[in-house]
Amino acid sequence: MKITVKIKRQNSPDSAPFYQTIHRECDKETSVATLIREINAENISDIEGKPVEEISWECSCLQKKCGACAMRINGIPRLACDTKIAELKSKSVTLEPLKKFPVVRDLIVDRSVMRKNLLAIHNWLESEASQSEKNVDLAYDASRCIQCGCCLEVCPNFTAGESFFGAAAFVPASRILSQLPKGKKYDLVKEYGKHIYSGCGKSLSCHNICPVGIDIEHKLSNSNAVAVWKRFFK
Amino acid sequence: MKINIIGAGLAGLSAALTLAENGIKSNLISVQQSERAQSVMAEGGINACLNTMGENDKIEYHYEDTLRGGVYLADPDAVRGLCEAAPGIVKKFASLGVPFEQNENGIIQRNFGGQKKKRTAYVKSSTGKMLMTALIDEVRKYEARGMVTRYPNHSLVRLIVKENRCFGAVVQNTYTKEILSLNGAVILATGGLNGLFEGMTTGTTQNTSDAAAMLFSQGVALSNLEMIQYHPTTIGIQGKRLLISEAARGEGGRLYILRSGKPWYFMEEKYPELKNLMPRDVVSAEMVTVSSLPECDDQVYLDMTGIEKSVWKTRLSDLREQCIHYISLDPAKKPIPVSPGIHYFMGGVWVDKNHRTSVRNLYAAGECACQYHGANRLGGNSLLGAVYGGQAAAKTVMNESKENDIKADRAEENTADVSPAFARKICEILYRSLPIVRNESDMNNALSELKALKNTAENQAEMNRANLALAVVQSAIERRETRGAHKRTDYPERDDDNFKKQTVARLQNGKVEITFKEIGEDLS
Ligand SMILES: Cc1cc2nc3c(=O)[nH]c(=O)nc-3n(C[C@H](O)[C@H](O)[C@H](O)COP(=O)(O)OP(=O)(O)OC[C@H]3O[C@@H](n4cnc5c(N)ncnc54)[C@H](O)[C@@H]3O)c2cc1C
Ligand code: SF4
Ligand code: SF4
Ligand code: FES
Repeated sequence: MKITVKIKRQNSPDSAPFYQTIHRECDKETSVATLIREINAENISDIEGKPVEEISWECSCLQKKCGACAMRINGIPRLACDTKIAELKSKSVTLEPLKKFPVVRDLIVDRSVMRKNLLAIHNWLESEASQSEKNVDLAYDASRCIQCGCCLEVCPNFTAGESFFGAAAFVPASRILSQLPKGKKYDLVKEYGKHIYSGCGKSLSCHNICPVGIDIEHKLSNSNAVAVWKRFFK
Repeated sequence: MKINIIGAGLAGLSAALTLAENGIKSNLISVQQSERAQSVMAEGGINACLNTMGENDKIEYHYEDTLRGGVYLADPDAVRGLCEAAPGIVKKFASLGVPFEQNENGIIQRNFGGQKKKRTAYVKSSTGKMLMTALIDEVRKYEARGMVTRYPNHSLVRLIVKENRCFGAVVQNTYTKEILSLNGAVILATGGLNGLFEGMTTGTTQNTSDAAAMLFSQGVALSNLEMIQYHPTTIGIQGKRLLISEAARGEGGRLYILRSGKPWYFMEEKYPELKNLMPRDVVSAEMVTVSSLPECDDQVYLDMTGIEKSVWKTRLSDLREQCIHYISLDPAKKPIPVSPGIHYFMGGVWVDKNHRTSVRNLYAAGECACQYHGANRLGGNSLLGAVYGGQAAAKTVMNESKENDIKADRAEENTADVSPAFARKICEILYRSLPIVRNESDMNNALSELKALKNTAENQAEMNRANLALAVVQSAIERRETRGAHKRTDYPERDDDNFKKQTVARLQNGKVEITFKEIGEDLS
């Protein structure tokens, strides 16, 4: 099929962004990742006849296991490697970097704030994990988070650098919280109240966007139970 | 003292954690953050003799299976250390919160290829991701204490080497392009050489092989480069090969081909003991053999339809979803077409059993190093090898490394990348000349093509990649025998007298030289 690809370009964090539009023939089963790779492998021109310089973007696994390739595709945050042209139900494809993070180049954004936030809430175990039948499924599901940032992109309350940290923090935290043995005071519990519980509007926009299908609502309610209502798993 | 670790997958993280637990600081450098490393993609499991399945497993058996699986090319001393440490490693992961499947006897283990006992611990088909999440969180604890400094989005530019001693590494921030020179010993943990076969492997695009190629150009010896693992069950999808984990066969999946119109379970007939779970080199080669028989079709199928519902639910749910998602086939209902694909590099940077390389103060661990797997890796042994290797390298560094402060001379750094077109040409030549079963004339042709291509290199990185590719092909030519993953039509037999030795590749005066050395012996 014939498609029109519109890509938001930006050479550096301080330079002005612009859009570049390309007409292309492609199979409807093509993923956005393949589309970008193909464009990058060829010397092509945009509709104004200007050359399309290599598009900067990040990828790694190409099978929705690493979170590298998250971007806005027709306005929705998704993984490029897991989005087929056919799913977009449109002949025009617009690729833009995630909006909540500073742009590095083209489709690459700097998501380091997500790591900083996990550091800030002390997201680690302070003693040996307590595991039982009750928490294994939760630990598994929460551990699947690929730190892509799609949930933050749609969260009405998240702004990079501010005090509310969103699902990308509470999903990993829910694993640790579920594995903390009862009876001690944990920094994570304290920080959770400050950076998650008090700022979350529970609208759950994050829940449906997660590209790996983590049951975010479940993680939120379980973490709240432990961190706020002190209902430890053991 | 601060140690520089290049690569933040399982091996790099494991090294950083070991150092931090022993009070030593490290810089953890990686092109992308840990969540994007290939280690998160590992599926089927990690091996350790836990003996929880009532099969009377022993560490000795793990050791024997690993050496036999690697067709006696691995260093027995190193493998012994690996197998002895394995149970402790898996238990530590459980204490870090990895939700291994358990029952009242402890961690449940599944069958995996080339092993006579159930010895593979797992979390469904997402074992790598689970280990990584736990390890990332644990290393974060030390990051908060200032013991580990992370440099994500930084790539290796070169090592600082003088008189065969490493004094540090020059790295570049890929976001800001800023160059940084980091002093101190270096542990390399940059993963497999995927980039040589761009688009043809089951792994990440991020492991470009540029780090190993750069080291090679700086005089570091590489070893066993010809040992490239084709995994029997992969499927081509966009931009890569999709792995169907060995867990599929571990849980009862069967390989067959249509022979005169009827399913022939060739592995079961030919190998009555281990059947579909023979080592990967054997299975892949058999698939090539049967599919070239005149009475057979050319497509091999993996039949998982006999697997019980409960197993699909508890152990393989993610594998099933993956098949439905990527190939629109439900493996619980229909056999799926599979073929061998490039999956793992047994060879890499030469290291001794303590993970020292040929350059002092430089160490290597994980898939980038040549340790533990000999001529063929057993499934479940590479997660183990990465974790254990990282620990072992860290321990050696702690014993040997001293503060040193030679700064990088402020030369203009060469940071241009290999162009996609150049990468593709290398891949085409290698893929054509290094199939599962090889022969000298195809490889000789590849050598001439690579030499011609090398003359067109436009920057240092392209030159390095071409030299690395030449080293792989030359190693494969020089090993005139069949062993493990290296199978040849012109030398179909194993030749222990001449080749129970490691291939060593070095770059001397711009030329690739191949020698052989005894296993376990130091490099001269
Ligand atoms: C689909 C799949 C399934 C697998 N399943 C299993 C399994 O079930 N069991 C098993 O034992 N093994 C399995 N493996 C193999 C296993 O995943 C790897 O061998 C192992 O994870 C390697 O770990 P590593 O730390 O050495 O490298 P990686 O995890 O690949 O990490 C490499 C690191 O180096 C960095 N890096 C690379 N190049 C540079 C550079 N130039 N400069 C700076 N940094 C760089 C990367 O950013 C990354 O952080 C599987 C592999 C694949 C692909
Ligand atoms: S529930 Fe709403 S406010 Fe809370 S993290 Fe999700 S999107 Fe943000
Ligand atoms: S919770 Fe889901 S959407 Fe949010 S970072 Fe993790 S994987 Fe991405
Ligand atoms: S490349 Fe890993 S999620 Fe898309």
